[in-house]
Amino acid sequence: MNFEFSDETQEIAGQGRRFLAGKDCLKTVRASLSGGEGSDAALWREMADLGWAGAAIPEEYGGHGIGYEALCAIAEELGRSLAPVPFAATNLAAEALLRTGSEEQKQAWLPKIAAGEATGTLALSEGNGPISEDAVTVRYADGKLTGTKWPVAHGATADFAVVVARDPDGRIVQVLAELGDGVTRTKLDSIDASRPQARLDFDGAPAALLQSNEDPWDATLSVIDRAAIITAFEEVGGAQACLDMAVDYAKTRYAFGRPIGSNQAIKHKLADVFVALELARSNAMMGALGLLSGEQDLSLAAATARVSSIQAFVTASSENIQTHGGIGFTWEADPQLFYRRANALALGLGSQDFWKDRLISALERRHAA
Amino acid sequence: MDLEDTKEEADYRASVRAFLDANAEPRSRSAAPARFYQVNEDRLKIAKAWQAKKAAAGFAGIRWPTEWGGQGLSAIHDVIYQQEEGKYAVPKGVFEIGLGMCIPTMMAFASKEQLERYTGPALRGEEIWCQLFSEPHGGSDLAGLRTRAVKDGDDWVINGQKIWTSGAHLSDYGILVTRTDPNVPKHKGLTMFFIDMHAPGVEVRPIHQMSGASHFNEVFFTDLRIPDAQRLGEVGDGWKVALTTLMNERLAVGDEPRPDIDDLFAFAQKFERNGKPAIKDPVVRDRIADWYAKSKGIEATRYRTFTRLSRGATPGPEASIGRVVNAMKQQEMARFALEMMGAGGMVSDPSVSQNGGEFQLSLLSSPGARIAGGTSEILRNIIAERVLGLPGDVRVDKDMAFKDVPSGRG
Ligand SMILES: Cc1cc2nc3c(=O)[nH]c(=O)nc-3n(C[C@H](O)[C@H](O)[C@H](O)COP(=O)(O)OP(=O)(O)OC[C@H]3O[C@@H](n4cnc5c(N)ncnc54)[C@H](O)[C@@H]3O)c2cc1C
Repeated sequence: MNFEFSDETQEIAGQGRRFLAGKDCLKTVRASLSGGEGSDAALWREMADLGWAGAAIPEEYGGHGIGYEALCAIAEELGRSLAPVPFAATNLAAEALLRTGSEEQKQAWLPKIAAGEATGTLALSEGNGPISEDAVTVRYADGKLTGTKWPVAHGATADFAVVVARDPDGRIVQVLAELGDGVTRTKLDSIDASRPQARLDFDGAPAALLQSNEDPWDATLSVIDRAAIITAFEEVGGAQACLDMAVDYAKTRYAFGRPIGSNQAIKHKLADVFVALELARSNAMMGALGLLSGEQDLSLAAATARVSSIQAFVTASSENIQTHGGIGFTWEADPQLFYRRANALALGLGSQDFWKDRLISALERRHAA
Repeated sequence: MDLEDTKEEADYRASVRAFLDANAEPRSRSAAPARFYQVNEDRLKIAKAWQAKKAAAGFAGIRWPTEWGGQGLSAIHDVIYQQEEGKYAVPKGVFEIGLGMCIPTMMAFASKEQLERYTGPALRGEEIWCQLFSEPHGGSDLAGLRTRAVKDGDDWVINGQKIWTSGAHLSDYGILVTRTDPNVPKHKGLTMFFIDMHAPGVEVRPIHQMSGASHFNEVFFTDLRIPDAQRLGEVGDGWKVALTTLMNERLAVGDEPRPDIDDLFAFAQKFERNGKPAIKDPVVRDRIADWYAKSKGIEATRYRTFTRLSRGATPGPEASIGRVVNAMKQQEMARFALEMMGAGGMVSDPSVSQNGGEFQLSLLSSPGARIAGGTSEILRNIIAERVLGLPGDVRVDKDMAFKDVPSGRG
């Protein structure tokens, strides 16, 4: 039994943690609430130099090929520090390209991603409602895209997007669009300005088909499965930061002549957060194991990880505010930043109801087999 | 990262499987959960025979030193054995407390002659042991116990009462924690002994549980006389000895109690509501997905623990996670299964009840899981204090002589 990150991966995580601790990410995140840049481009380039942008991109495409285990560990550190970088969105786009891009498309974008010179995103949602094939209306015909996508993570700054659209016969297609001519991008206010969201209006924007022998909708969901596992690590990192913060405060804040953390209402709450966090971490690790072993259908592992990591981070972030009392509700204090991130992550990549349904469907398939 | 055994672990697992294949029947998914059975004379005989067979084949006392008939192997070997045994229909629940807690305590504190006398028969299932700790006045607050031991020459005379003693009615011996000095603070006045459950002055009365079974008992002591040689540890050191016992609590490696998440999922697929399988209902999907994620989370957490064990670590207080989550989940899942059945969920009669009434039985037995072996509240205190490092509770009784400690309703 060897169900733990390797020494090498833990080394990478440790370096990442030290690097990020020196960057005061929370300052940028807080500034984004007052109209500052939601994403720190300089920091992202530094991270690319460390090999994080191309961690899972094979060396033949200019990546670092250190693999998914390292990517998961890095995601956890980014979650812990709330780093305001387009990591998740770019990683999602890179995954899609790796899966369905032509050799030419891969060569065009993946090296730039790995070098921190380009960022990408996935344009899937079209407004409110769960992830669903039926909700896709953006049209793709004669090499051109028409229609509106929102919310798109980092959509205002990304260099390209993988867009899920429909061809003239109504079939789902995945296309690659450089975000330039024919695209109007509008930044949207959101609950977490450090994960900025945008609206993309395509008006005959040029785009190229992404080919695969898989059904394009299934391919989209497979990419989302993989991204969900990486996101689960971000959530685990964020939840751990909240728990650490709450425990620290509970030990040092006194009320009624004793530390608030000696009261069971606080203790049991934080014990429950710890339990939820450990379950989430374990499920995320099972997801990572699936990624590493190259399993094709990751839907069950991804859904399991996603459900528990959403629950862990959302709970940890709200109980962290509660443990802090009045100060926790202020603009200046840190807990709110994690609360915003937790809830944004919980919604951004399919919310709990989508993943729970996906989980049960995967179980049904397994039992039918 | 992988979930593979090391070469040595794989070899050991293969030897365990060979033994089980030759001597036991695989447990079928549909078989009723073994733990629900009330242990009677016949079942006790079967359990004893199985334990003897395990001992003869070298699969009992896996972590015990070879000196006392054990195998001198590590915790991970024990885990491997239990994982494999869980797949077979073998008797469970009679020897765990003795072999997992009582004898290890004896090993730490009893004399060589005593160990020569007691370890072998326990290992072979010839003698059963119980743990006489909880009292009407001290369950969670174990150190608040009142059973008195008074020195009389070379003997001790014991009077008082224990309660909730699992398997006392089947037991030959027990380890007993008593109060020897009420004039000092509660943790300081305790002393541990081991006793013969058949001695005059010991009376065992079974307690009828809410589930209908009777696994635990009241045990009364009336002028029970035992030699000082049956003392474990120093006079006044009983708390330290008791902690040794509790630290030896069986590694939480077992399967989830049945009916488990797979049973519930299978039931929701089979059971029809409004003309379609219940699993097609979004509400049912939502709830089952929650429990599935928890269940898998516990399983994967166990793999992380095994990884540490495999590298030589000892299990820490984080082992409580599984118990906190499982105890509540079991009760919730049982209730949800009955809710799916509507009014029919009330009916446990196997002639008509879905799944032979197992969810009804689970509804009535699961509340015990939140209490036994430390309540969920106490487990949360332990996680908060020992894992997260939060400050201890305010203790009003800490520096007070035990006899002056307030005792509420009696
Ligand atoms: C099936 C079963 C088998 C058992 N087998 C054995 C056995 O073999 N040997 C043995 O010695 N005992 C055994 N027990 C006893 C068990 O250990 C105790 O029942 C348990 O520790 C609780 O003690 P209590 O019953 O006195 O409840 P109490 O301690 O009176 O607790 C009542 C309630 O108060 C809460 N509470 C108490 N103190 C605190 C606190 N500090 N903080 C927060 N909440 C608190 C509890 O959580 C509980 O909800 C068994 C119990 C069960 C149910």
